[in-house]
Amino acid sequence: MKRHLISAKDLTRDDALLVLDTAEELARVSGRSVKKLPTLRGLTVVNLFFEDSTRTRISFEAAAKRLSADVINFSAKGSSVSKGESLKDTALTLEAMGADAVVIRHGASGAPYRLADWINGNVINAGDGTHEHPTQALLDAYTMRRHLGSLDGRKITIVGDVLHSRVARSNVLLLSTLGAEVTLVAPPTLLPVSVGTWPCKVSYDLDSVLAKSDAVMMLRVQRERMNAAYFPTVREYSRRYGLSAERYSHLPEHAIVMHPGPMNRGVEIAAEVADSARSTIVEQVGNGVSVRMAVLYLLLGGAQPAIGADK
Amino acid sequence: MSQYLIRNAAILGGDVRDILIRDGEIAEIGIGIEAPAAEVIDASGLVALPGLVDLHTHLREPGREDNETVQSGTRAAARGGYTAVHAMANTTPVADTAGVVEQVWHLGREFGHCDVHPVGAVTEGLAGKKLAELGAMAESAANVRVFSDDGHCVDDAVIMRRALEYVKAFDGVVAQHAQEPRLTEGAQMNEGEVSDRLGLRGWPAVAEESIIARDCLLAAHVGSRLHVCHVSTAGSVEIVRWAKSKGWNVTAEVTPHHLFLTDACCEHSPLGRSYDPIYKVNPPLRTQADVDALRAGLADGTIDCVATDHAPHAVEDKETEWADAAMGMIGLETALSVVQAAMVDTGLLDWAGLADRMSVKPAEIGRLGGHGRPLESGSPANITLYDPAYRAQVDATTFASKSRNTPYAGLELPGRVVATFLRGRPTVLEGKLV
Repeated sequence: MKRHLISAKDLTRDDALLVLDTAEELARVSGRSVKKLPTLRGLTVVNLFFEDSTRTRISFEAAAKRLSADVINFSAKGSSVSKGESLKDTALTLEAMGADAVVIRHGASGAPYRLADWINGNVINAGDGTHEHPTQALLDAYTMRRHLGSLDGRKITIVGDVLHSRVARSNVLLLSTLGAEVTLVAPPTLLPVSVGTWPCKVSYDLDSVLAKSDAVMMLRVQRERMNAAYFPTVREYSRRYGLSAERYSHLPEHAIVMHPGPMNRGVEIAAEVADSARSTIVEQVGNGVSVRMAVLYLLLGGAQPAIGADK
Repeated sequence: MSQYLIRNAAILGGDVRDILIRDGEIAEIGIGIEAPAAEVIDASGLVALPGLVDLHTHLREPGREDNETVQSGTRAAARGGYTAVHAMANTTPVADTAGVVEQVWHLGREFGHCDVHPVGAVTEGLAGKKLAELGAMAESAANVRVFSDDGHCVDDAVIMRRALEYVKAFDGVVAQHAQEPRLTEGAQMNEGEVSDRLGLRGWPAVAEESIIARDCLLAAHVGSRLHVCHVSTAGSVEIVRWAKSKGWNVTAEVTPHHLFLTDACCEHSPLGRSYDPIYKVNPPLRTQADVDALRAGLADGTIDCVATDHAPHAVEDKETEWADAAMGMIGLETALSVVQAAMVDTGLLDWAGLADRMSVKPAEIGRLGGHGRPLESGSPANITLYDPAYRAQVDATTFASKSRNTPYAGLELPGRVVATFLRGRPTVLEGKLV
């Protein structure tokens, strides 16, 4: 693997499979009474969050702590950043404090790349603007693999605001690397202009692809998109692109329903679908810890077997 | 006054001649000129060009003297071979009154290493709502002929029409920054494959092209001169070509960086960085197809001239996240080298063509009588001596500009300005400022 994990395209197929396999091993730790390995003892992981994201931050924090790393949570709110300190100044401060890895969440696309130019430690992208969220894609792939087995040839449908979605961007890259066939479904206004060059199919019609899908991932639709005329009304969006109970009934028996959260129940996904037996939404959150443990371990620990040190 | 005898210069890259400079003019051009009182400059291997003229420079004074001043900016211009620059109006305060343009003009007279011709704002405060006092600026000591809200588009069609009509009274020209504002809200870079991959909001080509098309029609309707700033797309070139084919009085400029760099630099810069805001400019760097069309348009005269859009910024305004970074790059000290690489070394323009696009045409558009003149006896001695065979990595630490936001630092570019003369007075000799 490369030194940083900033984009899903940083991962070769072998890299991605190694992360997923390592996560499987590490997941066993979560089932123990003492959920801790000494693997990253003495190393410092900084969670540098310029955007609120309790779920992702806690997931990374739990992952680092289960590997015995020291964790520093840095929230930009109320910090010197809010007083105008630049990202570069913050990076230099972290460097001086000896951060071995920095997990960065930032509202600006590309901020992790800038950070990687300025510090020596490993940089892990926990979501940057509308660019990427590679560990989310990894946990999604991990979840799919648990339910569907190998992803080679599997048909994955991603529905919603692809244009602004870092989750969709990372998933398209990673899932195609892993051999899955991805179809993006959205109104044309919520698709990138060059989506035709992406390694996936595109459809404007959700009903035509549902019956052939092994997994359906619904994306959150932000209500402010409506003001920018991406679609006429929430009601129309929900009718055309929402996963209703009726649509859910057309899915194959084995298909799973996914959502990166947080959900707009009743908009992109009906409440009963979100809570259905084939919904993996809660499971995805738990899998996130295992996958992030694997990423931290492989970037920071690397040389020994993932859980060998525990023996 | 000092005399200079330039020996063996290739005039516009052609005939090798001596040039005798006396009393601020070219006194004689010939072979074997003798002038015992003159200081002799050996120009063997050098190309002699009329002093370059920039239609589009940001000098930042008044207001952001930490980024650039009239003095530092004109020193940079002289090092780049320029003898005249047009100073853009988006200063603080905005150059939208006779007082501000006269201040900039006076600073140029006092400290300038080249002539400084202020550009007047089209609208008060660049707000696009109310015409600035265009006539007062035209009649001021600064004698303004170019008006622009550069950095902002005059998007209100009625205001644009009125501005075009009004400047006819004093043979002015409206230089439009063509950017449809709604189509470019939050835009960060060229809209296309790269912006989609980087997750940066796109600035679509049509946002530029639709304004240019509208303005060409407006200029034709009222019979005015329109100048299009920093054309960046293949479609824009086509629209200007169409307007010219109609006989309309439309001119256009292109920047060196739009002739040389593409949006791919934002993803993988030649220095190996992603999201490096050094490449963040407005209009944004476009695709290779656009670069090819711009080069062809400049070669066939559809695009009249090269203008630098020299935009100095402090280090901290660029060493930040892409979204927060200031837009623009400096260009005065590298323009000639970049245009050589893009146009001359590729065989698209000869040196006479380059002189036309970087001196003659911009002087005509700006109505600068003393610049952009042929190198012949009797012309003002505004001359640039340039060594096209020189090769070196660009060393930005030697720049005269106060700013360093150049994408070329560390890259090898051809050529070097050896000497610049402003009305017979050297501003650069042996590559160094005088």
